[in-house]
Amino acid sequence: MNVVVCVKRVPMTQEVDLEIDASKKDVSKDMLAYVLNEWDNYAVEEAIQIVEKFGGAVTAVTVGSEDDEEVLRRCLAMGAEKAIRVDPGDLSLDGFVISKILAEVIKGLEYDLVLTGVQADDDNYGIVGSMLAEHLGIARAAVVNHVDIEGDEANIKVELEGGVDEVLKIRFPALLSIQTGINEPRYVSIMGIRKAAKKELQVLPVTDLGLSEDDLSARTVVEEVFLPPETEGAEIIEGDAATVAEEILRIMKEKGVSV
Amino acid sequence: MAKEKLFKGGEFLITDALPEEIFTPEDFTSEQKMIAQSAEEFGQGELDTRWEELGVLDPDLIKSLLKKAADLDFLGAEMPEIYGGAGLDKVSSSLITEHLSRGTSGFFVSYGVQTGIGSLPLVLFGSPEQKKKYLPKLASAEMIGAYALTEPQHGSDALGAETTAVLSEDGKYYVLNGQKQFISNAGFADLFITYAQVDGTQFTSFIVERQWEGVSVDAEEEKMGVHGSSTRAVIFKDVKVPVENVLGEVGRGHVVALNTLNIGRYKLGAGTVGGAKLLIAEAVKYAKGRIQFGKPICEFGLIKHKIAEMVIRTYVNESMVYRTARLLDLALEGIDPTSEEAGKKTGEALRKYALECSINKVFGSEMLDFVADECVQIMGGYGYIKGNPVETAYRDSRINRIWEGTNEINRLLIVDLLMRAGLKGELPLLDTIKKLTEELLTFRPSMETAEGVLEEERKMVSMAKKIALLSAGASVQKYMQKLAGEQEIVALIADMIIEIFAMESALLRALKKLQKEGEEKARIHVAATRAYINDAFPKVDLMARQVFAAISEGEELRTQLMGLRKLARYTPINAIALRREIAESIVPVARYHLTRI
Ligand SMILES: Cc1cc2nc3c(=O)[nH]c(=O)nc-3n(C[C@H](O)[C@H](O)[C@H](O)COP(=O)(O)OP(=O)(O)OC[C@H]3O[C@@H](n4cnc5c(N)ncnc54)[C@H](O)[C@@H]3O)c2cc1C
Repeated sequence: MNVVVCVKRVPMTQEVDLEIDASKKDVSKDMLAYVLNEWDNYAVEEAIQIVEKFGGAVTAVTVGSEDDEEVLRRCLAMGAEKAIRVDPGDLSLDGFVISKILAEVIKGLEYDLVLTGVQADDDNYGIVGSMLAEHLGIARAAVVNHVDIEGDEANIKVELEGGVDEVLKIRFPALLSIQTGINEPRYVSIMGIRKAAKKELQVLPVTDLGLSEDDLSARTVVEEVFLPPETEGAEIIEGDAATVAEEILRIMKEKGVSV
Repeated sequence: MAKEKLFKGGEFLITDALPEEIFTPEDFTSEQKMIAQSAEEFGQGELDTRWEELGVLDPDLIKSLLKKAADLDFLGAEMPEIYGGAGLDKVSSSLITEHLSRGTSGFFVSYGVQTGIGSLPLVLFGSPEQKKKYLPKLASAEMIGAYALTEPQHGSDALGAETTAVLSEDGKYYVLNGQKQFISNAGFADLFITYAQVDGTQFTSFIVERQWEGVSVDAEEEKMGVHGSSTRAVIFKDVKVPVENVLGEVGRGHVVALNTLNIGRYKLGAGTVGGAKLLIAEAVKYAKGRIQFGKPICEFGLIKHKIAEMVIRTYVNESMVYRTARLLDLALEGIDPTSEEAGKKTGEALRKYALECSINKVFGSEMLDFVADECVQIMGGYGYIKGNPVETAYRDSRINRIWEGTNEINRLLIVDLLMRAGLKGELPLLDTIKKLTEELLTFRPSMETAEGVLEEERKMVSMAKKIALLSAGASVQKYMQKLAGEQEIVALIADMIIEIFAMESALLRALKKLQKEGEEKARIHVAATRAYINDAFPKVDLMARQVFAAISEGEELRTQLMGLRKLARYTPINAIALRREIAESIVPVARYHLTRI
């Protein structure tokens, strides 16, 4: 059972007041810390659990700069066998181009399953998984919160709107976009980190992939990034938990919510 | 990895190091960063989520968390691989300590003992058999360790212990009798590294198992802070300790005790860095959300000042700790951990940096007390209420100035170590002081301010060294061997030395960052360094005046003060603006942002 996991390094933005940078097309990231995208962390854990049970190997892939190797090394330390970074150079990337690049790399690998996170914490597009499955011509399921493998297929649970789960049977090869909470991602041990240093981390310039100019031209371009203007009507309730709770209850009642 | 220079212990006082010669947090390797991230994730996932539970003593919880930490190799981080450890360098193990020190006393006290004073004596001085028998179990948390040195009547003068050890007639075991006081982990420890006098005068270290007959513990102490930890008296009544369990040599227990404390001391500094970073994040988050007079309090100058000062001191402490950790790594390079003499050589190498270790202990513990105090202040009344983590942090922090040698003892030690290094010829102290005194007669201070970022500060640090050396020299000349009896003067000299190491560590770090990444990226590093030095330098000057005023009078005093005035020239800078800049840079990100892991 060989599993490929696609991962991304993203800035941590909780508690941060984001500022728009000078280009007005991105937030300023100088002071931000970076991590492995939360969804991808679950995908990597799921992949490793699968090969621990059924044998085979996990390969982690990212499209990014040298700094992004950090998350690949983390995947190796968690238990992936091999990692590949495609260096896009100064190509402008969108979900389409990224999925084209990933597809080209994955085509050259032996795999039964491809896992991605449902979405990435930075741009929240949530489209790479689906497009990638399309380019690879394989079955796909998104927002997967349970995987049960039997032979060359899997029983999976998919999260639908409104708290409903759907049970699907999916035949391999397949691509699953993994939802957070599906498992408990492991911590990285020191010995894992040591072993990771000895594993293969391959770097491929995007130009080596033989993709056409059309494949590599972004379909979407960011024109502007801005902070939504502050609107009226927000009220900050102060005080201890009990006071706050009481005040919320009062407002809800006042607005006609039946409680 | 870039090769930093192996300076001698205390050499920073007489040599102006270059930025590339020291290690800084910007030099962490990717492996070191991954180790730090792993500890940070464990801390967030396993410790922060149990903040409340870990604030009340719960041995089962502590043991289960130590087990989890062991599975990630955190407990055996500094133990040799052949004994179940990870054989990590000191920079990496300090990073683990930093990221696991996070306001949950139930864990960090126990973890600190297990990986520090509770196991290091074995790592450093254990025989191969002793190591094989105990280290794997300590690394896996199958056994919990404790370090029992303090006695009811002997705290700071621990070497005067009254516990006795008498050799049995058949020469097979020692019989231990006595009591140890305030022993961390005692409630659930399986193994005690302890000390007793053989034949009344030969201070010796022993490994004692809890399960042996005659070993018992007293009730839990009710403490001011670190409520999640166990602290009890340990009683030895006719305990038969096999001779194989003598640790090190009979009569050489002080070597075991002091070397162990050494490492414990600099590591305490790593822990205070971790604690301070969390408090900074708490304080900033709170200050952004707390509205008074119609605006968030983080917009008031006095709150900005506090936030900036917390960041500055944490930055300085951090710069000192990792500089020291790397120095220890360099000193330990080439020692084969599996060899018979590994422990002895390691102890010997570490002993030379006892001065730096004590400096880290004193600075770190006082830094964290300051940060916790200001954090409470920023939160006003809410900071004073139980259930608020900063209220706990304020009380927990206080122990750091007491254990691992009180800060008074460490201050005395700093000067004592320096004097010894001078007397033994390990450092050319007397020559340096003599040359300085001669130079000073003709020395004309430059009236111009130095050109270039941090150049003025570089000069100030260099001058501060001269000032400290002159005060130390004059004091030694006056009191000779009796200097130790003039504790107030000794402490002033120690404080000057501490400030010099602090200023210089920040300075070299900021310069290194500046050279590598340019002015914009190094902006806050430079601001923090300038603000710190601008405050610390006049303090050094004042301390020197106090020393001279105490040891001299009349014409001699006038000459000394005149010399001092030449060295202590400096132009104040606008540190208020610098502090505002620092505070304004951290407020948007709401966490300590000067180090990336
Ligand atoms: C929570 C807690 C946990 C502890 N854990 C451990 C442990 O695990 N193992 C262990 O062995 N010990 C432990 N200790 C003990 C701790 O290390 C001692 O309390 C400490 O060394 C100080 O000793 P003392 O309390 O006897 O104070 P004293 O030595 O009596 O000192 C009292 C005061 O006098 C000052 N003083 C003492 N001598 C001098 C001098 N020569 N010159 C100037 N001033 C001096 C001290 O600085 C201090 O201010 C713990 C203590 C506490 C509170």
